[in-house]
Amino acid sequence: MFDDFFIRALVAGIGVALVTGPLGCFVIWRRLSYFGDTLAHSALLGVTLAFTMEFNIALSVFIISSLIALTLIQLQKRTNLPGDALLGLLAHSSLAVGLVVIGFLTFIRFDIMGLLFGDILAVTVDDLLIIWIGGAIILLILKLIWKPLFASTVNYELAEAEGLNPDRAKAIFTILMAAIIAISIKMVGLLLITGMLIIPAAMARNISTSPQKMVVYSIIGGLLSVILGLFSSLEFNTSSGPSIITAALLLFILSMFKIKQTIKLKN
Amino acid sequence: MSSNQNILVKLKDAGFKINDKWLVQGVSLQVEKGKIVTLIGPNGSGKSTTAKIALGIYKKIEGAVEKFTNNVGYVPQKISIDWTLPLRVHDFMVLTENLKSETIDEALSLTGVIHLKDKNLGDLSGGEFQRVLLARAISKKPDLLVLDEPVQGVDFTGEIALYELIKKISDELNCGILLISHDLHTVMSATDHVVCLNGHVCCSGSPTDVAKNDEYKALFGEQASQILSRYEHKHDHIHTDEGKIKKN
Repeated sequence: MFDDFFIRALVAGIGVALVTGPLGCFVIWRRLSYFGDTLAHSALLGVTLAFTMEFNIALSVFIISSLIALTLIQLQKRTNLPGDALLGLLAHSSLAVGLVVIGFLTFIRFDIMGLLFGDILAVTVDDLLIIWIGGAIILLILKLIWKPLFASTVNYELAEAEGLNPDRAKAIFTILMAAIIAISIKMVGLLLITGMLIIPAAMARNISTSPQKMVVYSIIGGLLSVILGLFSSLEFNTSSGPSIITAALLLFILSMFKIKQTIKLKN
Repeated sequence: MSSNQNILVKLKDAGFKINDKWLVQGVSLQVEKGKIVTLIGPNGSGKSTTAKIALGIYKKIEGAVEKFTNNVGYVPQKISIDWTLPLRVHDFMVLTENLKSETIDEALSLTGVIHLKDKNLGDLSGGEFQRVLLARAISKKPDLLVLDEPVQGVDFTGEIALYELIKKISDELNCGILLISHDLHTVMSATDHVVCLNGHVCCSGSPTDVAKNDEYKALFGEQASQILSRYEHKHDHIHTDEGKIKKN
C-alpha cells in the first residue's frame, strides 16, 4: 500500500496535519509565530549535521532545535536585547551557518530546494513511522499538559497562583515545538513549517467561538490543506510545501467571509 | 490564638524587590481557616505584591512564605486576557479545574451572572467580568481565597451584595480569605484582622485596634479612622421598630 510515493506523502501529510492543528492554536494564542520560524530555520543546521555524521535527520533536527530554544531562553535572561531581535539573530545565523556547512559538504549531493520547500518524492516508509509515532507522542504529551498550558496562556498569574506549574508546561511545550518541526521538515520544508502551524489555526480562529472548536477546525483545515495541496502538487508538478501552504491560504481567505458575517451581525 | 492546623498561609518578614527597589518589606501575617484578613493601604503600598508573595507568584523573595494548601482561588487586581483566544464564560470557569456543570451554574448564580454563561469573555463589561472572576474563584470551593479588589467596577448595590457573599462563603466553606480593598466602610464589618500596609506593615490587628492606631490615622486621615471605629458598635444609638436610628 505504501509502495506508491503519493500514498506515502498523503499518509505523512495527514499525520503532520493532525499534530500541527492543536500546536498551531497555541502558537497563535501564545504569539509564538516567530519563535516557530526561528526553530525551523535552525533545522537546516540539524539536517546538515545529520548528513555529516550519518545520523537520523529527524532526531538531529530535534536536538538542534531544542538547543536553539534553550539558547534563546538564556539570551533573554542575559541580554537587554528585545525578544524579536534575539529571534532574528538566532534564525538567520543558524540558517547561514547551515548553508555554509552545506557548502563544505561537496561530497554529498544536496537537494536544497527539497529541504527548504518539502519534497513528496523523498518521503520513505521510515519517515512515515517517525511522523506517526512521533506525532502520537507529541499529541499525548500535549494532552497531559493541556490544562496548565492553556490556563497560563489565558493568564500566567492565575495558573501559577492556583498551583498549575505553568513554567514546566511552557518548557515542555517548547520541546514539542522542536519535535513537530523535526518530524514535518521533509513534508513541508523548513521555510514553510511555521505556515503549516499558523495558517490553519488562523483560519480556525475566524470561525470558532471556543478553544476546543478552534482546535478541531484547525485540524480539519490542516487536513484539507494537505490533501488539496498534495493533489495539486502532483497535478502541476510544484513543490509539496508551497502547494500545501497555498491551499491553506485559500481556506483562510474563505474563512474571512464568515468573519465578515459575524461582524455585520454584531453591528 | 488557634492551633497550627488552621493556618493556610503564613508570611514571615516577607519582602519583594525589583531592581533594588523594594515593593514591600517585612510583612508578617497569617491567614487561617474561616478567617478574613484584609490588607489596606494607599496606592503603591504593596498590597497586591503581598498577595502575590502569599500565592507564590513571586518566587525570589526575602523572608519566608509557607503555603499549606494548593486549593486556592485567586481574583487578581488586573487581568490582561489576550482576545486572540475565543473564550466563553464557561470555558473560563473551568480554566484551572474541571467542574461539574451544576457547580459552574451555582457559582455564576451566586454572583449574579448566570445569564452570561455562553457569552464571549471579551464582550463583558468591567463589572460583569469582575463578577465572573469572583464566581470562578469560589466555584472550586477553595481552602484559601485571595481577592485583590474583587468588586472594582461593580455597581453600588452589587458591591454590597458581593461583600455579603464573600462573608457567607467564608462561613460556609470555612475557607480563609485574604482580601485587598480600599473600601473601608464595607469591608470592616466582616474582617477579622486588618493589616495596614505602606511599603511595610504600619499596623495590624482587629479593625478597632487599627482604627485607634496613630500611624493609621496619619496615613488615612481622621475621617477614615472614624469610619473604622463605627464598627466598634459603641451603642450610642438605639434601633427603633421601623429600623430607624434614634440617638441616645
